[in-house]
Amino acid sequence: MTPPQRRRRHPKEEPPEPPKAAPAPAGQDNPKEPERLYVLTGGGEGGDRADIDLVTLIVARADVPPPAIQPEQSALLRLCKAPLSVAELSAYLNLPFSVVTVLLTELLAAELVQARAPIVRRALPDRSLLEAVMHGLQKL
Amino acid sequence: MDFKSSDTITGPRAEDHLPHTAQAAVKIVIVGGFGVGKTTMVGSVSEIRPLTTEETMTQAGIGVDDNYGSETKTATTVAMDFGRISITEQLVLYLFGTPGQERFWFLWNGLFEGALGAVVLIDTRRLEVSFDVIGRLEERGVPFVVAINDFPDAPRYPVEDLRAALDLSEEIPIVKCDARRRASSRDVLMTLMRFLHSLAMSRARA
Ligand SMILES: Nc1nc2c(ncn2[C@@H]2O[C@H](COP(=O)(O)OP(=O)(O)OP(=O)(O)O)[C@@H](O)[C@H]2O)c(=O)[nH]1
Ligand SMILES: [Mg+2]
Repeated sequence: MTPPQRRRRHPKEEPPEPPKAAPAPAGQDNPKEPERLYVLTGGGEGGDRADIDLVTLIVARADVPPPAIQPEQSALLRLCKAPLSVAELSAYLNLPFSVVTVLLTELLAAELVQARAPIVRRALPDRSLLEAVMHGLQKL
Repeated sequence: MDFKSSDTITGPRAEDHLPHTAQAAVKIVIVGGFGVGKTTMVGSVSEIRPLTTEETMTQAGIGVDDNYGSETKTATTVAMDFGRISITEQLVLYLFGTPGQERFWFLWNGLFEGALGAVVLIDTRRLEVSFDVIGRLEERGVPFVVAINDFPDAPRYPVEDLRAALDLSEEIPIVKCDARRRASSRDVLMTLMRFLHSLAMSRARA
C-alpha cells in the first residue's frame, strides 16, 4: 500500500486550475493573479486601517467610555478593560476581524485604547522567546 | 455577523481575562484540509473555550440570470477557530485553526507571515488535501511540522513512506497525534517549538 505522491510545483509552472473555476488566490505578493476577492469593511477601500494583527493586545485607556462614540465602540471598550486580542474582540462582538480593525483604528486615533504589538517571526528567531514558549507548554 | 447589542454580548468569563501584565502575543497556525481535526486540536490545548472569528468576503461572479450582464457578488463567510495558552504573565500564545485553502489566508492580514510556525494536520485517508497547503507554506517560508491525526480507520503508512509521499526533507518532523487529547496536542506543539529552536540555532551558527 503506497500513499499518493505530492508533486512539487516549480515556481515558473502555472498552478493547476482548480476544478470548479474558483477565483485565483489573492495576495499582494502575487500581483500577476487577478484580484477578485474583496473584504467587506463597511466603508471605502479600507486603506486607512492601522497596523493591527489578530493577536495585537488591546487595552482600554479610560475607565469611562466617552458618550459620543458608536455602540460597537463602547462595547469594545468595555470588553478590553483588561488586555484582549483583536481575535477575541472579534469573536465576542461577533464582528469580522476587518470591521473590528476599522473600529479600533478610530479608538486608537482618539487615544481611547492602547495596542500592544505582537512578536512576529524573524529571519533570525529569538531563542529565549522560543525557550519561554517551550517552558510554558511543558507546564500544560 | 450582526452586531449584538451590548446586553446580549457574552463577553469573556472572569477567568478568561488576561492579566494586565500581558505585554505581547505570539501565534501558531494549525492548518489542514476539511475535517482533519483543526478545531479539535485547538480546543484540546486551549485554556479558554475555543472562539471563532469570522470574515466575510465577496466574490465577484457573473450573474446567471442577469439580463443586464453585470456582475453579481456572492458573500462567503469564512470562520477560523482559535484558542489561547498563557505562557507567562507577560506572554500569550494563540493557536489558529485555519482552513487549508490559500485563497482564504489573505483575509487575516499577517496570519502566516507573523506566525512562529505552523502545524500541518494530516488525515492519511485524504493525504492529497494537504499537498497544496505544504507547497504554499514552503513558498512563503513558513516553518512547519506535520502531525498525522490518528483516525481509527485511516491507513497507517510507515513514517518514511509518508515523508517520501509528501516530499518532505529529512529535517522536517513528522509525528503522530490524537488531536482529542491535550497531552498529544501539546506534544505536537512542543515538536514544532523544538524544530523552530533548532532552526534558530543553525541560523545563529551560519
Ligand atoms: N479518532 C479521532 N477523531 C478525531 C481526531 N481529531 C478529530 N477527530 C474527529 O474528527 C472530526 C472533525 O474534527 P474537527 O476538529 O471538527 O476538524 P476541522 O479540521 O476543524 O474541520 P473543519 O473546520 O470542518 O474543516 C470530529 O468529529 C472530531 O471528533 C483524532 O485525533 N482522532
Ligand atoms: Mg474546524
